[in-house]
Amino acid sequence: MRFMFKTDYDDDIKLLPHSGYVLSYGCLLALLVIAPFVLGSYLISQFVFVFIYAIVGVGLMILAGFTGQASLGHAAFLAIGAYTTAYLQQFGVPFPVYFLAAGLLTGLVGAVVGFPALRLQGIYLVIATISFAFIVEEILARWESVTHGNEGMRVKTIQWLGTSVPRDSPTFYFLCLGVLTLAIVGAMNLLRSPTGRAFVAIRDSETAARSMGINVAAYKVKSFAISAAITGFAGCLFAHKLSFISPEMFTLQLSIEFIMVIIIGGTFSLHGAVLGAIFIVMVDPFLTFLKDDIPGVVAGIAATFGAGAARAGQIQSSVAAFASANGLKGAIYGLIIILFILFEPLGLYGRWLKIKLFFQLFPLYKRATFKRQKIYVKSERNR
Amino acid sequence: MSYFRAENLSLHFGGLKAVDAVSFAVEKGEILSIIGPNGAGKSSIFNLISRIYSPTSGRLFFEDQDITREPAYGIARLGIARTFQNIELFENATVLSNLLVGRHRHSTTRLWQELLFLPNVRRTEKIHRRRVEQVIDLLDLAAYRDKLISGLPYGVRKVIELARALCSEPKLILLDEPSSGLNVEETDDMSFWIRDIKSELGVTVLMVEHDMTLVNRVSDRVIALNYGRVLAMGSPAEVQGHPDVVAAYLGS
Repeated sequence: MRFMFKTDYDDDIKLLPHSGYVLSYGCLLALLVIAPFVLGSYLISQFVFVFIYAIVGVGLMILAGFTGQASLGHAAFLAIGAYTTAYLQQFGVPFPVYFLAAGLLTGLVGAVVGFPALRLQGIYLVIATISFAFIVEEILARWESVTHGNEGMRVKTIQWLGTSVPRDSPTFYFLCLGVLTLAIVGAMNLLRSPTGRAFVAIRDSETAARSMGINVAAYKVKSFAISAAITGFAGCLFAHKLSFISPEMFTLQLSIEFIMVIIIGGTFSLHGAVLGAIFIVMVDPFLTFLKDDIPGVVAGIAATFGAGAARAGQIQSSVAAFASANGLKGAIYGLIIILFILFEPLGLYGRWLKIKLFFQLFPLYKRATFKRQKIYVKSERNR
Repeated sequence: MSYFRAENLSLHFGGLKAVDAVSFAVEKGEILSIIGPNGAGKSSIFNLISRIYSPTSGRLFFEDQDITREPAYGIARLGIARTFQNIELFENATVLSNLLVGRHRHSTTRLWQELLFLPNVRRTEKIHRRRVEQVIDLLDLAAYRDKLISGLPYGVRKVIELARALCSEPKLILLDEPSSGLNVEETDDMSFWIRDIKSELGVTVLMVEHDMTLVNRVSDRVIALNYGRVLAMGSPAEVQGHPDVVAAYLGS
C-alpha cells in the first residue's frame, strides 16, 4: 500500500495523484492508440461504440451521478445532436462547425428541459424527462421538411481539410477517443472546482447547498445543459458511425441503456461511465451469441438425458422461440439493473475498488470493510 | 442601528402560530442565545432567517439592509452562515470538499474557465484551500480531512458543520443546537470554539441551545421563547430567574 505524503495543496488538486496513475493510464492510452493497427475491424467498431456510449455516460454521470437529477431522456439529446449533424451537413457546413453546433444546440435544449426540473424530484423528474424524449421522438417523425420523418436521414462521411474520414477508419476511432478523453478531463476539471462541488452539494442536501450560498436552480440548469451538450457531441459522432439516422433509433430503450451505463458502471465515479459503456456494448453480442447457441445446447443436454431425437428437436425449437421472443432483451436488461442495485450498488467500479483494496491489504482484508454505514436520521421536513 | 434585526416576525402554518410577532436585535460581536421549550419556535426563527421558510409577516434587517425578500442563497452571500439541528452535510463527499463548499460564496471563476481548469481557477482553489486549512486548524479536524462524511461519528459531524459554516467567513453565524447529541467533553470543546469564533474571528453568533450550562458559559444575552412569543430578554441570569420562563419550563 502506498502512503501519500502531501506537501502542497497541488497534491490534492492534481488529476493524477501519483506515478502509479501516470503509469497505468499511460499504458491504457498506449494500448488504445495501438489497437486500431492490431485489432480487426469488428472489434475496432465495437471500441468506437464503447467510446460513444462512454461520452454519453460521462454526460449522464454529471447530471444523474453528481447532481442527483435522474434523466431518462438522454436518447433525445443524442437524437438532437445527430439530427443537427445530418441537417447542417446538407448545406456543406464543415465538420468542426456542425460538431460544435450539435453540442451547443443540444446544450441549449438541455437548459430548457432543466427548468421544469427545478420543481420536480426523483421519480417525477424521470417521468418528465421520459415525456420530453417522447416529444422529441414524435417531432423527429413528424417534422418532415427538416428530419425527413420516418424515412430517416443519410449522414455523409466526415470531410475535413480535403480528406475524408470514413466511419471505420482509424482516424474516426481516434476522433471518438479524443472526444471521450476531452469529456472525461473536462468533467474531472469541473469536479475539482466550485461548480462540481456545488453539483455534489445539491445531490446530497439541497437545503444545505442553499444555505451555503449555492443558487440551486441555476446549478441544476447548468448541470442539465452541460450533460446535454456532452450528449450532443456524442450524437454527432453516433450519426457518423451509423451513417443513417431515423427516429426509431432514439427510443426509450436507448435512454434505458444510458441509465444502465451509469448504474452498472458505478454511479459516483467517471470510471463507472467507461466501465458501464464497455459492459453495455458487450451485452448485445453476448445475448446474440446466447440466442444462437443456447437452444442447441439445451437440446444436446436433453438428448444426453434420454430424450428422443424428435423430443430434443421440439425442445430446441421451443427454446429458440423463447430466446427470440419480443421484449426478452428488455427483460434481461431490467434483471441486470435490479441485480446490480441489490448486490453491487456501487457498480463495476465499486467492485474494482474492492478487488484493489483486497490486494492492498492482503491478508488483512475483511468483508466488513465495505459494509454500508448506518446513516443518521436526517430531517426530511426541510426539503 | 443594530447589526441584525427582526421586526414583528411571524410564521403561521394554518392556524398554528409557530412564530408570533417576534422582534429582537443582535448587536455586532455578541453571542445571543435563544432558549425555550420544545416547539417554542426557535428553529423556525432560524429557518426564517435563512429563508427555508418565508415569513407570514414581519421584516428582517442585516447591516441596515432589508433581507426579507432575499432568496435563500442570497442570505449566505450576504455573510450569514448556519448549521442545522439534524446535521445537513454532504454525505457522500469528503470532509475537505464539504468544507470547500462552504467557500462557495467566494468563488469567482466562470464555468468555461473551470472546464479548462485555467491557471486562475487553480490559483483561487489554492486560496480557498488555505482558508479551509485555517478552519481545520482552529477546529482540530486535520485527522478527518480526506474521510467521507458517511463514515464519521456524530460528534465529528457536528464540528464539521460548524467548520463548513466558518469556511464561508460569515459575519453572522446561526448555530442550531450546537451541543445536541454531544457528550460533556465535546460540549466543553464546543463552548470554547464558540467563544473563539467570537473573540478571534470577530463573528457575531446567534444560537439556539437547550444546554443551559453552555448557554450560561458563552452567551452575552439570552432570549426566551414560548409558543412563538418572546417571554424574556436579557442576561443569562436575568432570563433564567424570570417568573414566566420558570413557568414555561416547570409549570406555574
